[in-house]
Amino acid sequence: MAANNIRHALFCAIVTLIISFPILGLSLEAKGVNITLSGAKTSTYVAIVLAAVAVFVFQIFRDTFMGALGKLPNLNPLAGREPMEQNKRVKLESWLLTGIVVFALFWPFLVSRGSVDLATLVLIYIMLALGLNVVVGLAGLLDLGYVAFYAVGAYTFALLSQYTGISFWMALPIGALLAGLTGMILGFPVLRLRGDYLAIVTLGFGEIIRILLNNWTTLTGGPNGIGGIPEPTLFGMEFGRRVKEEGNTSFHETFGIAYSGEHKVIFLYLIALVLAVITALIIRRFMRMPVGRAWEALREDEIAARSLGLSRTAVKLSAFTIGAFFAGFAGTVFASKQGFISPESFVFLESAIILAIVVLGGMGSQLGVILAAIAVTILPELAREFSEYRMLIFGAAMVLMMVWRPQGLLPVRRVQITLNKQG
Amino acid sequence: MSMLVLEDVHTHYGKIEALHGVSVEVNKGEIVSLIGANGAGKTTLLMTVCGMPQATSGRIILEGRDITREPTAQIMRSGLAIVPEGRRIFSGLTVEENLHMGGFFTSKSEIRKSQAHVYELFPRLKERENQRAGTMSGGEQQMLAIGRALMSSPHMIILDEPSLGLAPLIIKQIFEIIGHLRDEGITVFLVEQNAHQALNLADRGYVLETGKIRLHDTGKNLLANPDVQNAYLGG
Ligand SMILES: Nc1ncnc2c1ncn2[C@@H]1O[C@H](COP(=O)(O)OP(=O)(O)OP(=O)(O)O)[C@@H](O)[C@H]1O
Ligand SMILES: [Mg+2]
Repeated sequence: MAANNIRHALFCAIVTLIISFPILGLSLEAKGVNITLSGAKTSTYVAIVLAAVAVFVFQIFRDTFMGALGKLPNLNPLAGREPMEQNKRVKLESWLLTGIVVFALFWPFLVSRGSVDLATLVLIYIMLALGLNVVVGLAGLLDLGYVAFYAVGAYTFALLSQYTGISFWMALPIGALLAGLTGMILGFPVLRLRGDYLAIVTLGFGEIIRILLNNWTTLTGGPNGIGGIPEPTLFGMEFGRRVKEEGNTSFHETFGIAYSGEHKVIFLYLIALVLAVITALIIRRFMRMPVGRAWEALREDEIAARSLGLSRTAVKLSAFTIGAFFAGFAGTVFASKQGFISPESFVFLESAIILAIVVLGGMGSQLGVILAAIAVTILPELAREFSEYRMLIFGAAMVLMMVWRPQGLLPVRRVQITLNKQG
Repeated sequence: MSMLVLEDVHTHYGKIEALHGVSVEVNKGEIVSLIGANGAGKTTLLMTVCGMPQATSGRIILEGRDITREPTAQIMRSGLAIVPEGRRIFSGLTVEENLHMGGFFTSKSEIRKSQAHVYELFPRLKERENQRAGTMSGGEQQMLAIGRALMSSPHMIILDEPSLGLAPLIIKQIFEIIGHLRDEGITVFLVEQNAHQALNLADRGYVLETGKIRLHDTGKNLLANPDVQNAYLGG
């Protein structure tokens, strides 16, 4: 047992050495046309060895460490409590959500422009995560290519505005519908797949869409992207200093106030807020409808669900389509916010982040997803002073989270009713 | 009048044939029991009726309609219900939600009616209405599985080893309920390891051996048959 432990720890330490030595210890330098290989500073080597030792020590005492970590949930005051009654919980969640929305309405007038901008991004992620939550959290279909539908929404707006000069409000439903349609078309071939296979195929679809956008240069401009995407207007009022489109008026002139760049940012934020609330409400509605129960049933037990007469195709496709629809929604807002989009915004990492939000939020709970979206977007910003290590910190936070609360921040249903209370 | 007819049904899992031409007939209002050793193909036979997997050849006729090539969703919405092997209740949903899933394709008022009926048959489920199904005992879960199947007011119910892993007292209760269902006019097709009780209750029985029907007769005659006694009733 102990010998086994030491061997394992030694193995881990050696792997650490093997991995970090070439990455940190060797550097390639360009000297004229030649590239030379040179070693790094001695301090780097010392650091690598120290890291290996740290890994060794950790692995030897791993069981003790993990045991201590496992006890950590006791620090969480909520962990040991009886699960709340379903009805009460839903009510509480509704109140909390309403509170958050009211707060969010007034908040942008109190803070800096940069914060509002970041908050808009958070709202976009909330929309994305709520949509993906339908697919992954409710229907249990692991979709790793979700970003594709986000891209379809964004590019629909960008292309339509470039070729037809469409406005944001027209593009919003079109982008969402097209994304939903794409979801349905891509959904068909993957319906028979489950688990890992589904994940791999959706991952492939995500990449195909991105590569298509990247290479279809005549239409999409390829890696150069598309710029000049218009901002939303408010009943024909623009938020720029000068009116760009014939027939529109400008916001500050209409109301006789001084021009300020902040108006535009706040307006975009408020639009994103309203759309996020609409998304949450619609999906909430779906969850209560029979189709919502069908998603859950299919996730819980496919054979049982089918034996009750549910059509696997219809149920899965509806989840896929609705999820994609809201990704398109978010994509349109994103395009409008950025004013410029390129395939670089729709890489796999985005899918991974959205998925992380859903998993962290507790698979299925809306409040959890919203809190997780805030945490996942804000945390890397807060950690900015750690510059290159911020993703590392982010990763560590995720790992800790999974150890501490594997079921996510706010799981839909608390998993167990404690039995000892009855005795 | 036959409720369900299987004519020379073959079923494959990939290249392997699990049913080698099975013919079974279940008449309206009967309890028919199917017994056989582990791996004989009993579950396969029941699932083939439901269309998962579909029969590779032969015909399956439900209430005069050929369902051999119909998709599962369509078959299961036409008066047929199954209590699958291993219960397969939705463990994350509450008892009530499970029942409502069973009545997915019926109206609200029908659901209310069938729910009351199920609670009458299984008062235990009413007590546990809001409990998560996965936290219930095995017996309660089996009751729920049967209750869920009854929610669609089926003409025929198929049960795959409902007594699996249950205590004798609960088994007795479940068999009583099955007899009661027949009295209500529901046709029952029952697969059981518990051959003695299953044949005792049944009007007729079939013996399946490695994908083929070996014997069929009335329940009483099968019970008295020395071959059956040797192989399935412990001599
Ligand atoms: N999904 C499957 N894929 C491949 N082979 C299968 C599958 N399901 C069942 N089989 C095979 O088909 C044969 C019949 O299995 P089946 O489950 O129908 O037996 P059974 O009579 O229900 O047994 P038990 O009494 O143990 O439930 C077995 O040899 C089994 O290995
Ligand atoms: Mg079986």
